[in-house]
Amino acid sequence: MSIIPQPLTQFPWRVLALLAAIAGFGTIVLYSAAGGSITPWAINQSVRFCVFVVMALVLSRIPIELFARFAFPAYGGLLAALVLVELIGGVAGGSQRWINLGFMQLQPSEFMKPVIVLAVARFYARLPVGEIRGWNAIWPALVLIGAPWALVLVQPDLGTATMIAAGGVTVMFLAGLPLRIFIGSGLTLAAVVPIAFSFLHDYQQKRVLIFLDPESDPLGAGYHISQSKIAIGSGGIFGKGFLKGTQSHLDYLPEGHTDFVFATMAEEWGLVGGVLLIGAFLLLFRWGIRVSLRAPDKFTRLVAAGLTTTIFFYVAINLMMVMGLAPVVGIPLPFMSYGGSSMLTVMLCVGIIMAIDREARRRSRSIGNWS
Amino acid sequence: MKFPRPKRKIVTEAAQSLTFTRRAMVVGGLQVGIGALLAGRMAWISVVQHEKYSMLAESNRVNLTLIPPRRGWIIDRNGRPLANNRTDFRVDLIPQRMTDADGTVRHLAELLSLPPDEVDRIRDELDKSAGFRPVQVADKLTYDQYAAVSVRLPDLPGVAPSQGFSRYYPAGASVGHLLGYVGSASAKDYEERRDPLLITPGFKVGKDGLEKSFDQRLTGKPGAKRVEVTARGKIVQELTTRSDTPGNTIQLTIDAGLQDYAGRRLATQSGSVVVIDCHNGDVLAMASMPSFDPNSFSDGISHLEWEMLSKDDHVPLRNKTLQGLYPPGSTVKPMVALALLEGGFSPEDTVNCAGALRVGNTLFHCHSRRGHGGVNMKRAIAQSCDIYFYVMAQRLGMDRIAAMARRVGMGQKFPLPFPSQSYGTVPDPDWKLKKYGKEWQIYDTVNATIGQGYMLINPLQMAVMASRLATGRELMPNFILGERHPDAQPIPGVSDAHLATIRDAMNAVVNGGGTGGAARSSIPGVMIAGKTGTAQVRRITMAERAGGVRGNAGLPFKLRDHALFQGFAPFDNPRYAVACIIEHGGHLNRNEDAPMIASDTLSYLFDPKKAMEKLETLEKGWGGPPAERQARQMAAFRLAKAIEKGEVVPQPASNAADNGADNAAEPTRPAPPPPAPEDTGDVPPPPGSNAAAP
Repeated sequence: MSIIPQPLTQFPWRVLALLAAIAGFGTIVLYSAAGGSITPWAINQSVRFCVFVVMALVLSRIPIELFARFAFPAYGGLLAALVLVELIGGVAGGSQRWINLGFMQLQPSEFMKPVIVLAVARFYARLPVGEIRGWNAIWPALVLIGAPWALVLVQPDLGTATMIAAGGVTVMFLAGLPLRIFIGSGLTLAAVVPIAFSFLHDYQQKRVLIFLDPESDPLGAGYHISQSKIAIGSGGIFGKGFLKGTQSHLDYLPEGHTDFVFATMAEEWGLVGGVLLIGAFLLLFRWGIRVSLRAPDKFTRLVAAGLTTTIFFYVAINLMMVMGLAPVVGIPLPFMSYGGSSMLTVMLCVGIIMAIDREARRRSRSIGNWS
Repeated sequence: MKFPRPKRKIVTEAAQSLTFTRRAMVVGGLQVGIGALLAGRMAWISVVQHEKYSMLAESNRVNLTLIPPRRGWIIDRNGRPLANNRTDFRVDLIPQRMTDADGTVRHLAELLSLPPDEVDRIRDELDKSAGFRPVQVADKLTYDQYAAVSVRLPDLPGVAPSQGFSRYYPAGASVGHLLGYVGSASAKDYEERRDPLLITPGFKVGKDGLEKSFDQRLTGKPGAKRVEVTARGKIVQELTTRSDTPGNTIQLTIDAGLQDYAGRRLATQSGSVVVIDCHNGDVLAMASMPSFDPNSFSDGISHLEWEMLSKDDHVPLRNKTLQGLYPPGSTVKPMVALALLEGGFSPEDTVNCAGALRVGNTLFHCHSRRGHGGVNMKRAIAQSCDIYFYVMAQRLGMDRIAAMARRVGMGQKFPLPFPSQSYGTVPDPDWKLKKYGKEWQIYDTVNATIGQGYMLINPLQMAVMASRLATGRELMPNFILGERHPDAQPIPGVSDAHLATIRDAMNAVVNGGGTGGAARSSIPGVMIAGKTGTAQVRRITMAERAGGVRGNAGLPFKLRDHALFQGFAPFDNPRYAVACIIEHGGHLNRNEDAPMIASDTLSYLFDPKKAMEKLETLEKGWGGPPAERQARQMAAFRLAKAIEKGEVVPQPASNAADNGADNAAEPTRPAPPPPAPEDTGDVPPPPGSNAAAP
């Protein structure tokens, strides 16, 4: 027995330190993006981070069965909210993505990102083991994913819709569905993409086309990607130095504190800062995957790996977008981009994974006690 | 990973757990893979393409602003400046930096004592101005005003006093038509040349006259200022500055003193004087009055001043020396006499002048109603007897007269550094057939020999004619000092004996009791020779002639005769040639008539002090120098406008056109030649287009 009291050893110090490091770095970048000022972004972001860390720790104390029980009701509620948003948007004219609750604006599509993972995981956890290779293992999951995906896509919010689909499909993959399904549908998708492209909105089509050739319209819609690449490229290996970025400080880089915060960071911290940040995120994913591997049951396994992948999708899509490998779809970088709702979502994921981690430790300890 | 064989496989909880572990490892591996891919991509952008993107970032950050080059000076033959650059103190507003726009404008209006209409303009432009484009408050400030604003800068955020250069013409109006003026480049200029300098604030291009012709030589190389700017164009800091290279200086053959004198000596008349050096054809003075002040044109002329200038019946907007075409009248008679001599007629051949001559069924009159009696060539020129030339020209024939006219410079287009010139007409039978499809008639010859009918000349051509009659050589007018020219060749068919006869006759015009006595020189030892002329601009009907020709004084301005004089001095060894044309002068006032103006202008070259004393005495009677008179005219016009404001809609543009047309109209001719195509071109653009350019 250790001399350190058990609650302290159980406390997830390492992952919290990792998160604090990433968020602290993000705060420094936001401080620079505001021209060397803690207002308006850096102070808000750090306060928000502290609040959400407390929220995640509270979540980690909640028994895991509760998440399992409320997976479907939460999913159903959010789906209803998505329909409601669509109706309000239809009445108000134009696209609307949130419901005004009076004290806050609720953006259901944002919460759908973790909840789709919970719902699909719940479905596979309840599915009898023998059914996994049958048709019954596929269509309900597809319906679960397809309904919110379609609702978000028509908002239109291509980025979030993609993330919902990716999160759900990842859980399907982890649940053990036959591999040929994924390979077959991957090929089908490749064939369908050109057709789907024609159904996109004009501005979305334009974004995709400009993504393929940003220099074709450097002052128009390609401006974001061009300026972002200029910021990253001009940073070089070691960057221009803290508070010395010209692209961000002279306002050439649009959205330099939100979606394109990585470019702001890369300009001042260079390749070194970028690689360290990517490394830190990989450590976070490694923790998530390892939690899933020691998770006690099917539901928690799928949820831990699925939520980790959700965070991964945030990071990957954002970085690909910033570096000109994906179209501009409006996915923020977790802990770095200024903004409350994305941080709330990511901290929800982290909190649930921590809860699973706690559960796994508790069970392994009780098993240990038996033997 | 093994490809699962679906049919046989029995799935158990343990197998599923194993599948999960394997697949979770795959997902984790993919995440690491994509992370590595992203790091690689970032390394590609920031290491391999670092240079490219660094340059792009730098070109984003740094903005190159051009500093307009100082324009080259235009100096006279003695090095006196005709056009130079004056340090210009100005104040601008930068709207984005202002905190209290209303208060600042009020404060500035008080400091600089701005008139209310200027304050309104500033408020207007402030409303329209977006971003960081400065709004001009005032320019041409004195140093004291500039300093007064500068010391109050801490209380006046957004106010930017600065120092630049603006074009200055020390002689003002008397060089207006000669030099032209400068102004902001038009949108058309920019479309043609695509030079970013053209749209740089404060940069001016030559708009007319020599300023336009020598624009490229006068324009220097711009300086540059590197400044750090934000994406929205706000200047953060200045980085480096490279100063401009001023344009080349151009030295003219013009004598600044003489040019100014000639302009002032034209008095209140609408006229022009050209003086040419008989040695080499250098143009010493070329004045057209009244004129506009190129200084006010160069800063953007006010609407009111433009309206006044374009409504004036003395056409200040027309360069009369090059674009004014006039019937030369009797000034062609020495030239016709040369043609007669070339044709073998003796100067002693005598014609009896009875006051009128019937040609066909028309009666042609001499200006002397009683007739001159028997006249030979010398007396015919001295007394300007028309009958002698009617008769002799019919004997010689028009073709030979026209040939001589062309040899002395009439109808000739000279290679001049001016954007436009009208070069008149020397009519002959071929020309008439081609132009009107009609046969040449005897009365056409008769008209042409006294410089009426189709014959037209501009004042510069008349001065060239005078210089060629004086020297017998084909001098060419020339404006650039020291420019290489082939030596002038003797005029073919003109012998020294012929020239001596003509000069003697022209001397008699002035000094021998002829028609040009008013041109007699006041300089001892310098005799002026010349020839007067009167050009009718209306037909005198038989009925009017019967009742007595109306005097010019009783006619409206537009119907009065033009008064002309061409001559040279000293008569026995010609040094300078002169031409003077007074539009609608009508010989009403001896002091302001062509002969005396020409004579006084020449006298300036021999005794400037004495000439100046006479001019100053005369100017007292005219109401002071031209600038003073123009200021008074402007004040009166402004007052008149204020009175009629709201009742009359002014139409400056149509007025300008009317003036141009009236000037060219020739009621004595059966079919007046169309106005020269340059007519519209010489009228400067309306003030609106000047002010609108940024």
